[in-house]
Amino acid sequence: MTSLAEPGTRAAEPAGAPPDRHRNGQRMRRGALRRRSTLVGWSFILPNFLGFALFTLVPVVAAFLLSFMNWDAYNPPTWAGVHNFVRMLNDQSFWVALENTALYALGHVPITLALSLLLALLLNKKLKGIAFFRVAIFFPYISSLVAVAIVWNLLFNPSSGPINQFLHLIGITNPPGWTASTTWALPAVIITSVWKDMGYYMVLFLAGLQAIPQEYYEAASVDGANGWQKFWNVTVPSLRPTTFFVLVMLSISSFKVFDLIFVMTGGGPGRATLVLSQLIYQDGILNGQFGYASAISLALFLIVLVITVFQFRLQQRREN
Amino acid sequence: MAVTSAAPVRASLRARRARDRVGKAVLYVLLAALLIVVLLPFLWMLSSSLKDNVDVLTVPVQWIPKDWVWTNYRDIWSRIPLAGYISNSAILAVTITFLQVLTGSFAAYGFSKVRFPGRDALFLAYIATIAVPWQAYMIPQYVMMQHAHLTNTFWSLILLQAFGAFGVFLMRQYYMTIPDELTEAARIDGLNDYGIWARIVLPLSKPALASLALLTFVNTWNDYMGPFIYLSSNNLWTVQLGLRQFIGQYEADYAMIMTGSVISILPILVIFLAGQRYFIAGIATSGLKG
Repeated sequence: MTSLAEPGTRAAEPAGAPPDRHRNGQRMRRGALRRRSTLVGWSFILPNFLGFALFTLVPVVAAFLLSFMNWDAYNPPTWAGVHNFVRMLNDQSFWVALENTALYALGHVPITLALSLLLALLLNKKLKGIAFFRVAIFFPYISSLVAVAIVWNLLFNPSSGPINQFLHLIGITNPPGWTASTTWALPAVIITSVWKDMGYYMVLFLAGLQAIPQEYYEAASVDGANGWQKFWNVTVPSLRPTTFFVLVMLSISSFKVFDLIFVMTGGGPGRATLVLSQLIYQDGILNGQFGYASAISLALFLIVLVITVFQFRLQQRREN
Repeated sequence: MAVTSAAPVRASLRARRARDRVGKAVLYVLLAALLIVVLLPFLWMLSSSLKDNVDVLTVPVQWIPKDWVWTNYRDIWSRIPLAGYISNSAILAVTITFLQVLTGSFAAYGFSKVRFPGRDALFLAYIATIAVPWQAYMIPQYVMMQHAHLTNTFWSLILLQAFGAFGVFLMRQYYMTIPDELTEAARIDGLNDYGIWARIVLPLSKPALASLALLTFVNTWNDYMGPFIYLSSNNLWTVQLGLRQFIGQYEADYAMIMTGSVISILPILVIFLAGQRYFIAGIATSGLKG
């Protein structure tokens, strides 16, 4: 490593060369410099890139190829064409998992979006101790998943869980069976995941709110706008990029959902909370049907891609 | 407004201040209520962890334990090998965090401060994979690990999680805010790129490094699917796997399960409270999780 004590030695070099040779030399030097900086650049990237290429890029490409192969844990791979996809479309479990995943997203996305925005508006105040409230509401997001799943399972206990006791208290005599019921298991996991995720998206909304210039609100006040009008005409439009980002992230994460549901219900009762990710796990890793499971994962990827692109288009049209 | 005499102005000011004070009090009450509702599951978890098992699911709910059973916190260590699970989680989380921060910040320098052909295309490949759901390529990853005989070892998880694109992305976003004039000045002073990274850029990016380290540590500590897929031997299990298994084994011992849950959250709580502003800053700048 060169020391800081000898400044300027390198910069002083190019001086008294003749004009044409100078230009030639400069071109050569530029080529050499470029080669050098390519080498230097790659030397920085390489340690990470080796791991990234081997364990992320290669599997991503392989997943695509695998979905067109017949391959299980016991037989060598053979070309299958679209066989896996045909099988998928005739697989009842796939449709059940797709429906459950979509229903989960339909519940999880709008509720989390609304609640996290509401929380951000409420907590975007200059008040003593406000940071404490923000931190506390964020905490469920990073607390350990298994502990959270277990405690909510007990809270949802149909006969003596605190939630149904509360429902009894407010006069609901026949409260739902939650995770024990095929109709209420999905709402139960949606409630839990909204509770767990809303703090994270609240932080994103808070960042968006704090980026709105105060002058906008002052100008609106001068024009005589009340609080509600300021919200609709200043806050909502200024927050649009954040809202869009949150919407995309929420949709993607909803379609990938796995851990929380898997620990809470294991996909049950029956197949009531079986989602696409769990199906991929079951077919691919548990049953060793690598090709078929890859076809389902390609479908999952395409769904996520289509939703993302669709939301981007919508956003662009609104901007124009 | 300028023409009115001083007295009514003062009176209306006083009235407004009083109204503000009432408004503030209402807001605090509202916030406190909200806080209790959001944190209720944790309070219930804590209270149940200090109960006899028969008192966990009672009608009506016992918010404060009738008898405080502190022995739960002593007995759990002999009921399940919790100490071993915790040390496994710690080994994985520390190793993965260290590698991710080191290689991520190193690569981020290449992506932000060194110009060379193909750099931006390569970075795009990194970004693109962040958008691909992990479940979409978990099968090939698993097959690879199986063929390399690395399943049921820590190596599988370390290799799969330590070189994530997320770390590179987060660090690069931060490095972009460090002015090039600074690195150029250091170059003129005779530092080479490795020196600039180690002595200029790295010390300047402490907040981003803290964000990345905390987020990676917490994600690894809380990860369920990775260990669940790759680790089958009980002596390799992490806290999350051990806790999950505990439910099946002692179906009815809810008090003990809650005790284990509280213990599994404690390290995260401590780390979170110590570095909460880095968490928030990291999420707000990157807007992405690991």
